[in-house]
Amino acid sequence: MDDLAAIVFLTAAATLRTATPLILCAMGGLFSEKSGIVDVGLEGKMLMAAFFGASAAALTGSAWWGVAAAIGAAEIMALLHGFACITYRGNQVVSGVALNILAAGLTVVLGNAWFHQGGQTPPLEQAGSRMLPIFFPHAGDNILVYAALASVPFTWWLIARTRFGLRLRAVGEMPLAVDAAGVSVSWLRYRAVLLCGFFAGLAGAYLSIAQNAGFSRDMTAGQGFIALAAIIFGKWQPFPAFGACLIFGLLDAVAIRLQGVRVPGVGEVPVQFIQALPYLLTMFLLAGFIGRAVAPKAIGVPYEKEH
Amino acid sequence: MKLARGPLPRWAEILLLPLINIALAFLVVGIIVRIIGVDPFHALDRLVLGAVGSPESIGYTLYYATNFIFTGLAVAVAFHGGLFNIGGEGQAYIGGLGCGLAILALDRYLPGWLMAPIAIAAAALFGAAWAAVPAWLQAWRGSHIVITTIMFNFVASALMVYLLVNVLIAPGSMTPQSRNFEPSGELPALPGSALNLSILLALACCVLMWLFLWHTRWGYALRAMGHNPEAAHYAGTDLKRMTLLGMCLSGALAGFVGVNELMGVHHRIVLDFPAGYGFAGIAVALMGRNHPVGVVLAALLFGALQQGGAELAFDEPRITREMVVVIQGLVILFSGALEHLPRPWLAVLLPRRG
Repeated sequence: MDDLAAIVFLTAAATLRTATPLILCAMGGLFSEKSGIVDVGLEGKMLMAAFFGASAAALTGSAWWGVAAAIGAAEIMALLHGFACITYRGNQVVSGVALNILAAGLTVVLGNAWFHQGGQTPPLEQAGSRMLPIFFPHAGDNILVYAALASVPFTWWLIARTRFGLRLRAVGEMPLAVDAAGVSVSWLRYRAVLLCGFFAGLAGAYLSIAQNAGFSRDMTAGQGFIALAAIIFGKWQPFPAFGACLIFGLLDAVAIRLQGVRVPGVGEVPVQFIQALPYLLTMFLLAGFIGRAVAPKAIGVPYEKEH
Repeated sequence: MKLARGPLPRWAEILLLPLINIALAFLVVGIIVRIIGVDPFHALDRLVLGAVGSPESIGYTLYYATNFIFTGLAVAVAFHGGLFNIGGEGQAYIGGLGCGLAILALDRYLPGWLMAPIAIAAAALFGAAWAAVPAWLQAWRGSHIVITTIMFNFVASALMVYLLVNVLIAPGSMTPQSRNFEPSGELPALPGSALNLSILLALACCVLMWLFLWHTRWGYALRAMGHNPEAAHYAGTDLKRMTLLGMCLSGALAGFVGVNELMGVHHRIVLDFPAGYGFAGIAVALMGRNHPVGVVLAALLFGALQQGGAELAFDEPRITREMVVVIQGLVILFSGALEHLPRPWLAVLLPRRG
């Protein structure tokens, strides 16, 4: 019985560990997408944040400076995205793709130039340069995990219960109406994009200075896209998106445990299949086979103010 | 800030604006190189020498350009239909799988002149099939092609790892790769470089795409759909079938990366051979303004950057090959998302028409 309890506890902890960056990223992405700005650049923001977070933590020896640098880096990426998509009304998907590719290259180029370790940052060995578990040493429950858990009700409250949230939703559905009411569409969308950068920054910091002890190239490994999938899977709602993140996190935790195990009646389940499941499930959902996911109406459409 | 959006003279739209955008991208690259502590002009010097300084390096430049032509055309043909295919990476991967499977099945029985067309057709077929699913999902089930093609990249990658680790791995091999192809499954290559006959296939694809887009009924319908789907629908175009057609062509073109990489160079199925070419195709298409001639020019530039960048990284340890990825990202940013950036200033500087 104790064994079972231990397995349940360890699996739950592992799920939360892998779900944390997804949750933070998904909450960030929700703000952006709710305001009508598509964000396929979550991956790049998170990667940039992970790199600058680990660099700052390595140089200053302080995890908190790491978090600050991570948020700063993600915010610069967010502002670039906003500048291209809001001010210059560029194609939002193109901008997101550009930022992803830029981040994939720039982190390695700068990392190699600064630390000479093939794109990695120095391992964070100093005391205080990493976020450590608070209550359970083996569960990895550092402060960013709790921040991720808190981000969900916060996002829900901000979007569903505040004037800002009401306007944010309106600007994603019908920007013309918001504009006609005398509220600036651009400023609202910029704030949404900045909120997105903040959370993506936390997610990146989690990867490089909490879950791992340093940055390694391409360490986001598609998690930004899984977060995007979770947003869609959660039908652009905070709590359902949170649920999707937990499911995807659980899949990941189970994939590691199932490696080489024969499941009765099925045989050995390939790890790669479980890894691809979040994407496959999201596509089934998008195809209308499991309910229906309806995006904000004005998503992806630059707003052109009439003169 | 007020943005003037008046039309610029035609030559400025076609030539000046794209050139300024690319110049801006390279200006930022220069600044980054400077920050790293390398003299940008010295770096440029080494890069050009590395790209075209010897027959071998020219061969490599053209070999890289071949991949960029394939993925650039793939993105461009979809763009013409108003479709944004971000799945070139996965389509190239699966196209390579098709190419490799055909060779592994038949290379012991067929001569090279018969093997090559079959393998090329298989690459096109598999690449097209991998693009057809997102196309079908968009046209018939209403899910957005951008999201589904992204997801399909990851699914393709997981599938290939599974197949190479568990199914296709050569007996006794420690690395996940298939057995070597027999000579009939190899394309003739220039000695001393990776340049192989695939480049002729790439150039043929350019001509065929030009003919298709501007001289056939279907090409016209595809472009009409890209310009104005409602009008195209009203004119009797079946938008669903056009979506499927555009994406299948796009996927087939991306699949040819597998021909260049596997038949031309590796001579077996390996992991991760698309190596970012699918994404780079977006930069190539944007820079080449979605025209085959532009795509070839942009592909040559990116091929030279890839080869020259490798040589530069060898000479100059502070710069890594990923510099090329940075350049690709910046080109997409400046010629894609920020393409209107110089417009207000140009509108002020240039005399208006009419």
